[in-house]
Amino acid sequence: MSPIKLFLLSSNGRKTVMALTGLFLILFLVVHLAGNLQLLVPDQGRSFNEYSHFMSHSLLIQTVSKLNFAFIILHVLYSLWLTKQANAARPVGYQGRPAKEMTTWSSRNMGILGTLVLAFLLVHLKGFWFELKFGEVPVVLYPGAEESLPDAFRVVSEAYANPMYALFYVLSMVAVGFHLYHGFQSAFHTLGLSNYRYKPMIRTVGTLFAVAVPALFALIPVVMYLQKAGY
Amino acid sequence: MESTSLNLRLQVWRQPSTQASGKFETYELPSVPVHASFLEMLDLLNEQLITEGREPVAFDHDCREGICGMCSLYINGRAHGPQQGTTTCQLHMRHFEDGETITIEPFRAKAFPVVRDLVVNRSAFDRIQQAGGYITVNTGNAPDGNAVPIPKTDADEAFAAAACIGCGACVAACKNASAMLFVSAKVSQYALLPQGQPEHRERVLSMVQAMDEEGFGHCTNTGACEAECPKGISVENIARLNRSYLGAQFSGGGHAAGGGSSMA
Repeated sequence: MSPIKLFLLSSNGRKTVMALTGLFLILFLVVHLAGNLQLLVPDQGRSFNEYSHFMSHSLLIQTVSKLNFAFIILHVLYSLWLTKQANAARPVGYQGRPAKEMTTWSSRNMGILGTLVLAFLLVHLKGFWFELKFGEVPVVLYPGAEESLPDAFRVVSEAYANPMYALFYVLSMVAVGFHLYHGFQSAFHTLGLSNYRYKPMIRTVGTLFAVAVPALFALIPVVMYLQKAGY
Repeated sequence: MESTSLNLRLQVWRQPSTQASGKFETYELPSVPVHASFLEMLDLLNEQLITEGREPVAFDHDCREGICGMCSLYINGRAHGPQQGTTTCQLHMRHFEDGETITIEPFRAKAFPVVRDLVVNRSAFDRIQQAGGYITVNTGNAPDGNAVPIPKTDADEAFAAAACIGCGACVAACKNASAMLFVSAKVSQYALLPQGQPEHRERVLSMVQAMDEEGFGHCTNTGACEAECPKGISVENIARLNRSYLGAQFSGGGHAAGGGSSMA
């Protein structure tokens, strides 16, 4: 068997794919958050709409976006493949309940958390990505602008006007946070980029990331709902 | 007042052979001295069973002083029982309560088939070790130990990794039945020392491949193995194994381990 094939079939190789795709998606979250925070700029959505227009017309961004979809699919498929291996590795389970204090809840439940994140992603893509790409999007002409822009801001703000929808986003970000809490540092460990010297730093940065990024994402629907509700 | 003996109810996994299906049997065992070790308690149970004309419970043990790696047992949901940093033979009955029900199971993994009752076959570990857990040495006089400079921290870390007794608690405790802590300890004890360098690349590739072939699960970095390891082997060794594995994949020279053409 060729070395690359051997590598990609090994449990270590497959974990490397999980770690690399995971880290790419982590990077994507940062870019996505930076863009989305413009929804909170008080200019009737102008900066968000201009940004959104730029993103959908940049060849680079569109290419990276396709890569992003591919990595999400890879991350999911590889997790299923590895889980299948793990299930086969213990055909008869234990009766004694394993001690919980030894490991973090996140690390034991990455599959459940990942499923929740995937479910959120499907709703999210249907609600925004699909609507903006294939749906009928209202246009807006800002004063001083040469051409009118698709009003992505309006699509988002109308969606978040529904409190249940906004709440769904907030709760989903909790799942994302717990998934990141384990996933961030686990990815570094899998790639061998963790040792006695760097582990504390990786853990701290990972924990801050897992709290801050989902919290800022969750802030957007909360603020937009409250604005729409007239607070 | 603290009692000096315990009355216990034991739920013990009984399985006549590898092929047969197993089930739990419940036994009442009165008057177990608190100073008895867990294995001595099982000896008492077996004496009782033999007196009653029943089949005694098979369990693994050898040195009974925590260094051979022969004893196992998954006790109340914990590999080697509730006490941290010890093997089952070093666990004493004073860590249990009077009237307690104790569930005793074998280490469970596809790669560790049950031989009988609580005895599992851990020779999968031997085969992984044979795949790369060795070094080449010149015959002749032993070299002067001080002639090979080794940093103190490296020597300490290699020694800590070499403390692995290959008991399989890491596999038993892991939700994926992964053997990564064992393999990483065996790789690390050589990886940190100059004597281990000539075969380092092939060792990592071969041992990971052997590990996969035995049917162990993958590592999801939960850290359960480190928490349950009687010798306190650190998961830092797993990071080192991953680093070495990736390095070995992409470093030049040599040939693919186990690819069939490596017998040049």
